[in-house]
Amino acid sequence: MSKVDVAIIGCGMSGLAAGIRLAHFGRDVCIFERHNAPGGLNSFYSLGGRKFDVGLHAMTNFVRPGVRGSPLGKLLRQLRIDRDELDLAEQRRSRIAFGGTNLLFSNDFELFESQIADRFPGQMDGFRRLIRTVRDHDDTKLEQEEISARQVVGTHLQDPLLIDMLLCPLMYYGSASELDMDWTQFVTMAKSIYLEGFCRPFDGVRVVIRTLLNRYRQAGGQRRMKCGVRRIETGDGRVRRLLLDNGEEVEANHVISSIGLAETGRLLDPPGDSPVTDKPGQLSFIETMTVFREPTEVLGWGADTIVFINHGERFEYARPDDLVDPRSGVICFPNNFQYGDRVPSEGVLRVTALANPEGWMTLPEDTYRAEKAEWFKRIQESAQKVLPAPALNPAGSSVATDMFTPRTIRKFTGHINGAVYGSPQKTRDGRTGYSNLILCGTDQGYLGIVGALLSGISMANLHVLKPQV
Amino acid sequence: MTKDECKKIVIEIIADIAPDEDLSDVKPDVRLRDQLELDSMDFLDIVMELRKRYQIEVPEADYIQLASLDSCAEYLTPKFDALV
Repeated sequence: MSKVDVAIIGCGMSGLAAGIRLAHFGRDVCIFERHNAPGGLNSFYSLGGRKFDVGLHAMTNFVRPGVRGSPLGKLLRQLRIDRDELDLAEQRRSRIAFGGTNLLFSNDFELFESQIADRFPGQMDGFRRLIRTVRDHDDTKLEQEEISARQVVGTHLQDPLLIDMLLCPLMYYGSASELDMDWTQFVTMAKSIYLEGFCRPFDGVRVVIRTLLNRYRQAGGQRRMKCGVRRIETGDGRVRRLLLDNGEEVEANHVISSIGLAETGRLLDPPGDSPVTDKPGQLSFIETMTVFREPTEVLGWGADTIVFINHGERFEYARPDDLVDPRSGVICFPNNFQYGDRVPSEGVLRVTALANPEGWMTLPEDTYRAEKAEWFKRIQESAQKVLPAPALNPAGSSVATDMFTPRTIRKFTGHINGAVYGSPQKTRDGRTGYSNLILCGTDQGYLGIVGALLSGISMANLHVLKPQV
Repeated sequence: MTKDECKKIVIEIIADIAPDEDLSDVKPDVRLRDQLELDSMDFLDIVMELRKRYQIEVPEADYIQLASLDSCAEYLTPKFDALV
């Protein structure tokens, strides 16, 4: 039996952030990670000599240096990380494309405002009111009333097309709920995407992970890779010890779990009850990745960084009955940010669409492969409808492809149903009903890379560091 | 320890917590919050850095004493002196 002060389950963004805070202030902390690679939902891998990000399209919450009081600035301070280490490049511009209607947006909010004034002139007053309401809502408070975002947005806007278009990027980049989202989550996402913006390190998510790992190591934090937690043994309302995959036992004063609410609940021995309930998320995705010999610009796709698309009558963010819902999705050109003199040698196109988790989980192996090939093709076709006609034949330029499904997500992240954004039920204060078991990450309710990092920071502060001060 | 030395230590800590702040002209008699962008998370970090670096404890009821550089020096200098 070994002992640590704080055990963190999961070496993703939130676990690392919590670990950095704790190690920096001299706590004896160890991160346990089942996989050999860090990063969790935002990891990276190599295939055929090429490096891929698992899921990252862009980091949200971009603000330029010198902007005060931003979430990005806050996390850099809290983690004692120099902004330059993250090597953030801004997006070119992004687009919401619904049928024939396009709304462009960039890291300058004025562009989005002028686009809405142009396409939806009658809605402009309501839109301004909505944005004021968003700015005024303190989404960082841990206690929040749950209100429907559609209901609040509906008090300011009437045009269903505009409402759906506004919701689409926010849902795709963070909502664990179907059809509607929680108002506070809407505010967090709207600030992070429309009022702040998109950015990406030239070398992708590994830059962020490397920075975090270095910082964690330098602060004295320990981590054990390929060393998952199999069981959380409890008694008298607290965690007694952790049982690792290799049979080892670990005692800890505090346990911070970043693996999800239902996922944590399933490790409890004896099985617990509320509030660590078993209500896993239902929303998952497929994503196709295509690497082209030519850079994005040469292919004729140099204008867009990210495009949120919908071809349907209405926008339906929900688990499809079929394996995939090809009506809506997200197109991302991760190599098409403002990288300055650094020109990526190849173009990359990623396309995401909603998928049905059970459908993909239960397919026999050969059918699974056939369905992947079929949907790869259909998703590409759906994307091409809103992209400019390519300057080159994309099929002829393609040098590598890859694709993930809900099955892939479950395998590598442990998320039940491959639910990227976790459970619709969030525990914003991180409490689990066990006095020394704290939740951070996806199901704590902060979103994206910046959200995940802030989640780890704030939970470590609130539950471990602050009580000692 | 002199009060000026104490202020210097506090400035050093703030410089590490908030490297994006300009600390060249911090007025000692004005509340730090009124001249710098410091939130409650940052103040908590000042307290924790004091403990980490100098084993100085600041109970929550005394946070108010850290409002300005002058009040920091007033409050912390005796604590530093008590260490030696």
